[in-house]
Amino acid sequence: MNRAGRDPARPEPSRGRSRRIAKVRITRTLLRCLAICVVPLLLGACVGDIHLSFLDAQGPVAAEQRWHFYWVLGVMGVLVAGPIFLALPFFVWRYRFGNRQSKYTPKWAYSRWLEIASWGGPIVIVGVLAYFVWLDSHKLDPYKPLASSQPALRVQVIGYDWKWLFIYPDQGIATVGTLALPAGRPVAMYLTSATVMQSFFVPSLGSQIYAMGGMVTRLHLLASRPGRFLGENTMYNGNGFHQQKFTAVAMSPDAFRAWVAKVRTTGVPMSARILGALARRDTREQLIDDLPGNASRAGTVYLTGVTPQLFPAIVRATRDGSPMPLQHVSGRAAKAAAAPAAPRARQAR
Amino acid sequence: MSGHENFEYPGLNLGSAHPDTHDAAKTTVFGFWVFLMSDAILFGLVFSTYVASVHATAGGPGPRDLYDIRSAFVETLLLLASSFTFGMASLAMKYKHSTARLVGWLLATLLLGACFLGLETHDFLSMIAKGGTPERSGFLSAFFDLVPLHGLHVTGGCIWLVCLLGQLARYGLDSRTKLGILRLALFWHFLDIVWIAIFSVVYLAGLA
Amino acid sequence: MSAWAIVQHPLGRLSMHSLPFYDMLQNPTTKHLVNGSIAGFAASLVVLGAIVVVGLITRYRGWRTLWCDWLTSTDHKKIGIMYVVIAFVMLARALIEAMLMRAQQAWGLGGGFLSPDHFAQLFSTHGTIMIFFMAMPFLTGLINFVMPLQIGARDVSVPVLNSVSLMLTAAGAMLVMVSLVLGEFSTGGWFGYPPYTEIAYNPGVGPDYWIWSLSLAGLGSTLTGINFAVTIYKERAPGMKLMRMPLFTWAALCISILMIFAMPPLTLATAQLALDRYLGFHYFTNGFGGNMMHFVNLFWLFGHPEVYILIIPAFGVYSEVFSTYSGKALYGYRSMVLAIMSIAILSFTVWLHHFFTMGQDADINAVFGIASMLIGIPTGVKIYNWMWTMFRGRVRITTPMVYALGFIVLFVLGGMSGILLANPSIDYQVHNTVFLVAHFHNVAVPGVLFGMLAGYHFWFPKAFGFRLDERWGIFSALCWTLGFMLAFFPLYALGIMGLPRRSAAYAQPAYVPLEMVAFAGALLIGVALAALVVQLWVSVRHRGENRVPAGDPWDGRSLEWSVSAPPPEYNFPCLPVVNDRDAFTAAKEYGTAYREPGEYADIVLPRNSATGPLLGASGFGIAFGLVWHIWWLAILCALLAAAAMVVRGFARGLTRTIPAAEVRRQHQGWLAVVRASVPVTRADERAPANQGLANPAVLRETS
Repeated sequence: MNRAGRDPARPEPSRGRSRRIAKVRITRTLLRCLAICVVPLLLGACVGDIHLSFLDAQGPVAAEQRWHFYWVLGVMGVLVAGPIFLALPFFVWRYRFGNRQSKYTPKWAYSRWLEIASWGGPIVIVGVLAYFVWLDSHKLDPYKPLASSQPALRVQVIGYDWKWLFIYPDQGIATVGTLALPAGRPVAMYLTSATVMQSFFVPSLGSQIYAMGGMVTRLHLLASRPGRFLGENTMYNGNGFHQQKFTAVAMSPDAFRAWVAKVRTTGVPMSARILGALARRDTREQLIDDLPGNASRAGTVYLTGVTPQLFPAIVRATRDGSPMPLQHVSGRAAKAAAAPAAPRARQAR
Repeated sequence: MSGHENFEYPGLNLGSAHPDTHDAAKTTVFGFWVFLMSDAILFGLVFSTYVASVHATAGGPGPRDLYDIRSAFVETLLLLASSFTFGMASLAMKYKHSTARLVGWLLATLLLGACFLGLETHDFLSMIAKGGTPERSGFLSAFFDLVPLHGLHVTGGCIWLVCLLGQLARYGLDSRTKLGILRLALFWHFLDIVWIAIFSVVYLAGLA
Repeated sequence: MSAWAIVQHPLGRLSMHSLPFYDMLQNPTTKHLVNGSIAGFAASLVVLGAIVVVGLITRYRGWRTLWCDWLTSTDHKKIGIMYVVIAFVMLARALIEAMLMRAQQAWGLGGGFLSPDHFAQLFSTHGTIMIFFMAMPFLTGLINFVMPLQIGARDVSVPVLNSVSLMLTAAGAMLVMVSLVLGEFSTGGWFGYPPYTEIAYNPGVGPDYWIWSLSLAGLGSTLTGINFAVTIYKERAPGMKLMRMPLFTWAALCISILMIFAMPPLTLATAQLALDRYLGFHYFTNGFGGNMMHFVNLFWLFGHPEVYILIIPAFGVYSEVFSTYSGKALYGYRSMVLAIMSIAILSFTVWLHHFFTMGQDADINAVFGIASMLIGIPTGVKIYNWMWTMFRGRVRITTPMVYALGFIVLFVLGGMSGILLANPSIDYQVHNTVFLVAHFHNVAVPGVLFGMLAGYHFWFPKAFGFRLDERWGIFSALCWTLGFMLAFFPLYALGIMGLPRRSAAYAQPAYVPLEMVAFAGALLIGVALAALVVQLWVSVRHRGENRVPAGDPWDGRSLEWSVSAPPPEYNFPCLPVVNDRDAFTAAKEYGTAYREPGEYADIVLPRNSATGPLLGASGFGIAFGLVWHIWWLAILCALLAAAAMVVRGFARGLTRTIPAAEVRRQHQGWLAVVRASVPVTRADERAPANQGLANPAVLRETS
């Protein structure tokens, strides 16, 4: 480029050539990028037997989100990016400095119709998109129960550093590491954190939601068919953050019943000691090392004798900053009155 | 100097009697207004934190257990009176009354400000004696953010006032001192307004 | 705190454990060795860098110059340059951190080579630095240098305050640098959400470093905002009406207003977090009535306007660049002004989109989602108007233009991903994943950084009197663009594949190829930075043939091009009178440029002041003392700061006068240089023949 400037005899060709080369280079790299980005997406969205992505949706919520994603992407691509990507190179080429044939209007700076178009276009696009934002925000509100002929399965989720505790209050069991779900039946989740803020997320099933100490948030999910899905915490909470994963396993109703029975027979009873181990800032692997040998199967901890009062008690204890009252720990002591409802995040706002 | 130019910034304009300072005041006092705007946002946010936390007593003492409305009322009167005396000081400066009169009004303001601070400190100490420490609950944390923040501002204003009195003694009423008094006046009245909001939102609403 | 405690622990909690390689020596496992070496190397770089700088200054007897001509200077141009120097130093550090992070993730299948804690410090410092100590100083520096010249002013309204702002920012930057050598930085990310950053979960010095460096920088920015706003309202040259101001100045006005209104929430959030940590208050704790959501709201009430504080100045730069290098008036000036103003106002109405997933009502989410999308309207208008500015122009592909064109392409993509994220239903899927990381880098890098670099190339000749090397400039710009695409486009895909942001490692082999591509992109960006360094070196070596003393190397349009390069300290020998937009283009057209004023007058300028450096130094001392619980140091420095302010109040005789004769001598000398220069057409813009006197395109083409 500089050389072109120093040699006034032939400034244009060299400048033009290097620009062309740069352009070809950009285009090539862009294409390569696209190929590299898209191929694993299509092939790898389901890796091994674990479903990773909402583009590989395994439930109605994620499927709806996938549709919405493609739709917005399409509208934006066709109406916004497309025209700009076509016009920009054309303008730069047509009105390049060396081109003496193109018209030059150094003082032209206003056109009413162009103004109307450049404000009007975005206004219309955003208007249309806004309408769908309103519809979909309500349709996919994670607090809204999913329509189904079957009653929802209740699951209480407690975020610890760096593992999730899943309580099945109606079954009296709890697990760490695996979230088992009956396929085709909605799941109603209540989430809280016994420590710092976390975010619960099963991408191929649907929305994520924060879990916060002293507060309860809600999430409704449904797995359409049996399968194994990646589950995680997405809110950074310390050294074990990247290991705070779990597998959400959807199974047929019969298999789910069998699984519950298996947990009941093989699990170890919930105790103050286990609760203390859960509260330690450890990963799931470290937790399993701490627990008695029979407490875990293939990386999952099975616990029995968990009362429905445990969850509200933990919410209250976190909110009040007091140590966990131990009478809620075991089933026999569960006669204590149910804890009053914790403030929902929605109400506290 | 046209009448229009006299109102280029709101507040007490020095006007044509002080030509040099008047011109400098256009930017300096305007800049100070902008600063007050930023400060007002800060207070607004602290107010909203307080309002959002007022029920977060976590089982500790609440407004009714801790606030002393009589004391707060006396503080309000002190601060209002100090705003009045500062206003008199500004007028003394604008109409070139004797410097002694200006200093007198400023000293009265300082005295009232110091009384306010003393009484407020006494309030805080008695709240703490009743168990109302800021570590007790979110509510008390928010209280001890809002009210002492105002108190700190008043303390800063008092120190500024002392410095200005020093400058008056050292240089007489020169342009920079005048600018200082103009700005401190704005600051002082601003704190008065904030206090009225505190009195209403914290004390009256807390005990209503 | 008893007197005995001070005697017992004069250095607070500072001890041998605070050194970065201490762990490695105590417990030499492989991981500790790797991390200790990296941290130790970084620390020694900082220390060595400081020693080399001090040594060089001493060797060349530069202390006096440094103190008298720079540190105590109240000249807006020098302050601007110092801001940009801070920005470049911090850019280098944060970029190296970014490359380390990309390397860690590229080899992150199952572990990587960094400890999670080290990785967390990297992403926290990277974000904090890039926002508060790279982008903010860079744009503040550019505005400082350019804006007073553009409005025909001698300086900003309160020059000493300007120096104070600079020194507070420098103190904050220094604190972040010190955290490399002593102790560790926060691991809570650039937004430091409690309760993670509360004392219960993070008792170390990390969050304290974060709190106090942000407080220093935030205070500096608030004061800067006030100063800029007052300057633009009160110091414009005669005839420079608001609607005649160049777009860059409009951008400066918008962001100063944003700074005035948006900095207080940050100040409050960090102050309350500090009270929680130091005095046991309960603003954001889990228990005792604390509520972390207050912090999140306060932080983003600052954080979202902050995003526009960063990007609007870049919009201003692009407006100047497109119009200047297309040889054309900016298309749709009124729309452009309206657009940035609406962006500035809308930026206060969207903060909640940073936490759609917190569990609030669908109504609230939808309203904030729509508000976020609304920002797309004025932004779209700006993109269209820049394109219409090129339409029927004579577009010259210079370094700033490469950045500007790269910006449009990439920013449209970033904007699209932004619209996706503004849909709460989609945000529920990609929030907190690296998709989000890709999005905000996709708007921040082409938006903010490219804009700042374009401005750096554009105004460099004005500041230093010679042009930067074009070949290296364009090479660097292309590396930035390609490197950016390689580094961040894969992250979109990774985010969709469920990789959370801030993951030190992962277990999915599917992520590896994309991570590798991203790492390659990071390396290319490293090359881009190196190319910038080489460019500066080459340009300084060859400055003789690139000099532009006449001051108008690009056929510029606004007043800053009407004075010499570098400009005299008083900017204008007599204040210009403005009759039109693009004041200098008009002057060139009507032949009123380079005229000698009828008469010269004495010029009054502020004297140098040590207040800024003193307040900066004591600010650093307070912050350092608070971080390490060295209470006596904090108190001592607080008293020092108070004393500096009181002394400043008592100071008189703060101005000096440059006599009219001296102004006449300097101005006539420059006019002689201008007359001796040969006007060049744009074809010779990059040739040594370009001495900064333009043969205006408007005159040639229309005559």
